Amino acid sequence: MTLLTAVLAAIITTIIWYQKDSRNEMKTGTLSLMYWGASLMWLTDAVFEYVQLQTEYFKPSPADLLNDFFLGICAVVFGLLLWLILVLLKDPKGVIKQALENIRN
Amino acid sequence: MACFLVPAGEAVATTIITKIVKSKEEKERSASDSINAAIDTQIKIPFSHKLKWLNNMLWGGSALLAFEHIWHGEVVPWFPFLTAAENPIARSEMLQEMSTVGVAMALLVSAVWVGITTASNLIEKRPQQAVKVKAHRGRNQ
Repeated sequence: MTLLTAVLAAIITTIIWYQKDSRNEMKTGTLSLMYWGASLMWLTDAVFEYVQLQTEYFKPSPADLLNDFFLGICAVVFGLLLWLILVLLKDPKGVIKQALENIRN
Repeated sequence: MACFLVPAGEAVATTIITKIVKSKEEKERSASDSINAAIDTQIKIPFSHKLKWLNNMLWGGSALLAFEHIWHGEVVPWFPFLTAAENPIARSEMLQEMSTVGVAMALLVSAVWVGITTASNLIEKRPQQAVKVKAHRGRNQ
């Protein structure tokens, strides 16, 4: 479920980047690469787990499923937080710089 | 256990390589003819920029996996930071996981980046070919 949540987040952010931010002004391309990186790493983890558990891998208990989904959502939110910090630090549209200048004046 | 440390280590190495490549590209750009350099940067994506794609995947992936490890209590905020490093049996298991799962993660991300870079190289060649064909046609007419 964590893998699935990360892949979904990666697909959604890639679509947003392609449609709205192809110049990567708002760093959505960076966010999508972060999610793709995590998805690939969790995919590797899933393959190794599948080798160990075989078909049992596809039969998780409802409690495990829910916990993994909750973890996936939290990981996606954590990724969004990292992206937000990056955008605020880089200030690609100069909004923060402008706001600071307004306060100073 | 600590599989994310392998791609994180790769991320450190690729970030250093990116800085070196970027400074080399800037030196070359300032040394070469400014008009040609401007045309080149419009047509070609600098290699340092492509390396940034790999950095973003490795750093982002490692960060989210580190979050997962904190969630599972495998990473803690006190020394030695990894619960598996506290006893020898768990430590050897951790090292084995790093050498199998961790290395596989780093290799897969790198392989996907090679694929993306190859695809972007092919896309970059398209407009150049079109310009060359136009120039050739112009010469023949």
